[in-house]
Amino acid sequence: MSVHDLKRRKRFKKHSPVIFKYIILISAAIFILFPIVMIIFGALKTRGEFMTIPYIPPIPPRWGNIKKVLSMPIFWYMLRNSVLVMITTTAGVVIIASLSAFIFSRIKFRGQNLLFNFFTLGLMFPITVAILPIYLVIRQLGLTNNLIGVILVQTAFQLSVSIVILRNFFMVVPSELQDAASIDGCSVLGFFWCVLLPLARPSLAAVAALTMVTSWNDLLVPLVLIDKEKLWTLPLGTMQFQGQYGMDLSLVAAFLLLSVIPALIFYLLAERQLVSGLTAGALKG
Amino acid sequence: MKKKLFNKDVQILQQKSNFTWQLRDNMTIVLFLLPAFIFLSIFLVYPIFRSAYYSLFNWNGMGPAVDYVGLENFKRLIADQIFLKAVRNGILIVIFSLVIQLPLAMGLALIVGRNIPGRAFFRAIFFMPYVLSEVITAIMWLILYNPNPRRGFLNAIINIIPFLEPQAWLADTRLVLPAIFVVLTWKYIGFHMLLYITGLQNIPKEIEEAALIDGVNSRQMVTYITIPLLAGTIKTSVYLSIIGSLQVYALVWIMTRGGPVNASEVMSTYMYRYSFVRFELGYGSAVAIVMLLISLTFSIIYFRLTRKAEYLA
Repeated sequence: MSVHDLKRRKRFKKHSPVIFKYIILISAAIFILFPIVMIIFGALKTRGEFMTIPYIPPIPPRWGNIKKVLSMPIFWYMLRNSVLVMITTTAGVVIIASLSAFIFSRIKFRGQNLLFNFFTLGLMFPITVAILPIYLVIRQLGLTNNLIGVILVQTAFQLSVSIVILRNFFMVVPSELQDAASIDGCSVLGFFWCVLLPLARPSLAAVAALTMVTSWNDLLVPLVLIDKEKLWTLPLGTMQFQGQYGMDLSLVAAFLLLSVIPALIFYLLAERQLVSGLTAGALKG
Repeated sequence: MKKKLFNKDVQILQQKSNFTWQLRDNMTIVLFLLPAFIFLSIFLVYPIFRSAYYSLFNWNGMGPAVDYVGLENFKRLIADQIFLKAVRNGILIVIFSLVIQLPLAMGLALIVGRNIPGRAFFRAIFFMPYVLSEVITAIMWLILYNPNPRRGFLNAIINIIPFLEPQAWLADTRLVLPAIFVVLTWKYIGFHMLLYITGLQNIPKEIEEAALIDGVNSRQMVTYITIPLLAGTIKTSVYLSIIGSLQVYALVWIMTRGGPVNASEVMSTYMYRYSFVRFELGYGSAVAIVMLLISLTFSIIYFRLTRKAEYLA
């Protein structure tokens, strides 16, 4: 083999796989984006256009469906309920999980391992498996048709994974800092509040992002616990809306688009936190 | 000498602070752990024992459970062809994910995890469906799967291609499960890709550099170096697919309600139907307990396996 040949082969080897790779990436991206683009197209068409020319870009865009959804009071109720549940659940999870994670990462005590196993029970099974027993307990507590019930259950089921993530992050904080704080007369609570939490801000953000997405997308808990229309969250309402207006596809598409937008904005803003929360939860759990 | 001078002061100080820490420690431990403990006890542990109790009764949820039937619910469950179908479908979904979804996810990760221009862009796109709710995903795909070629995109494309007939997709007992699997892949492939990317980033660069110097080509690199080093991540990904297949609920319920003729029934839709549509809460509890045992078994196997692997490494 001549040097020239070798060079050519090398160049071929260097470039052709790259083109091949891009072909794979682009076709995968089309597969992923396609349904989303279809919804955007559909939402900006009239019902008639959606039936006759569903795959052509909406030129000119028709805002009628979007306006119609925005003028429905029920849409705003759902949005409010979802935001309320998401914020409360996230706050609850971050506070409660960081308290426990702090103890498990910084303080040694008897029975620690056993207790930690108890605290991570939530990792052992998905909420779907336990939804019936949970429904029975919430009914016993008289919290059906109450957003507080939804918040409590979502918080409980997000705790285990959050405790594991936060504990792993907290353990990385060097113990010298704890000694220094202790010598300076800082209490345990003081160390937790003034030293550990500020240092662990990225991990708190990761846990918060993960909880927000889980809560925002949850269908099962509100579906089982909530009957009242005014208390529906977005996923539950979207499902009911589709059942009610299923024939008018362009209106359904507009509804989907409007309920996707908050999630997509959030994703673009917090992708990094979300990704780090997810991978930490999965790989270290 | 210097040390001794300081030592006394430091010791006193340390003793003092250790003492106060210790005194408050027990209180702090209890107070800090209490909220999570209460939550987990009320909403995780107690419900499960409650459910185990109800699974021994024939109970419609009204009034106290009095009609004790022993293990009758479990016997009925194991004898029910529809439940067995649900279990079989769950296993099929797991096999589909292991054979199709995971290799695809790993392939994407191998491409996107490297220094290829535009990788952040592609990564963001592939991961996007994970953020959308299952409800939205299901409705989007319902529209695409619409059997009417004028409306459903898939049939519209098939109409263009000669020799292919439009299909009923979600209304066809043979096609419904693969059709749902495509949607599951669409939604979760990005997540598994992310796991592999993280796994890849944890592989020390030196290993690959050393292999390159030894004249390893890229195919050898992937099969003999990268994939074996990703073993831990692969295990996690497999475990999450198994648990995930137990969890699939919203997608199937919205798209097919487990139909047609139970062809896409999975355990969670079966459990939901008996518990919240027919209100046979005793029987529903029995289903929930069986699902719980299955997921606990897999979790324990998984945690055993990974712990051992860590120990060996």
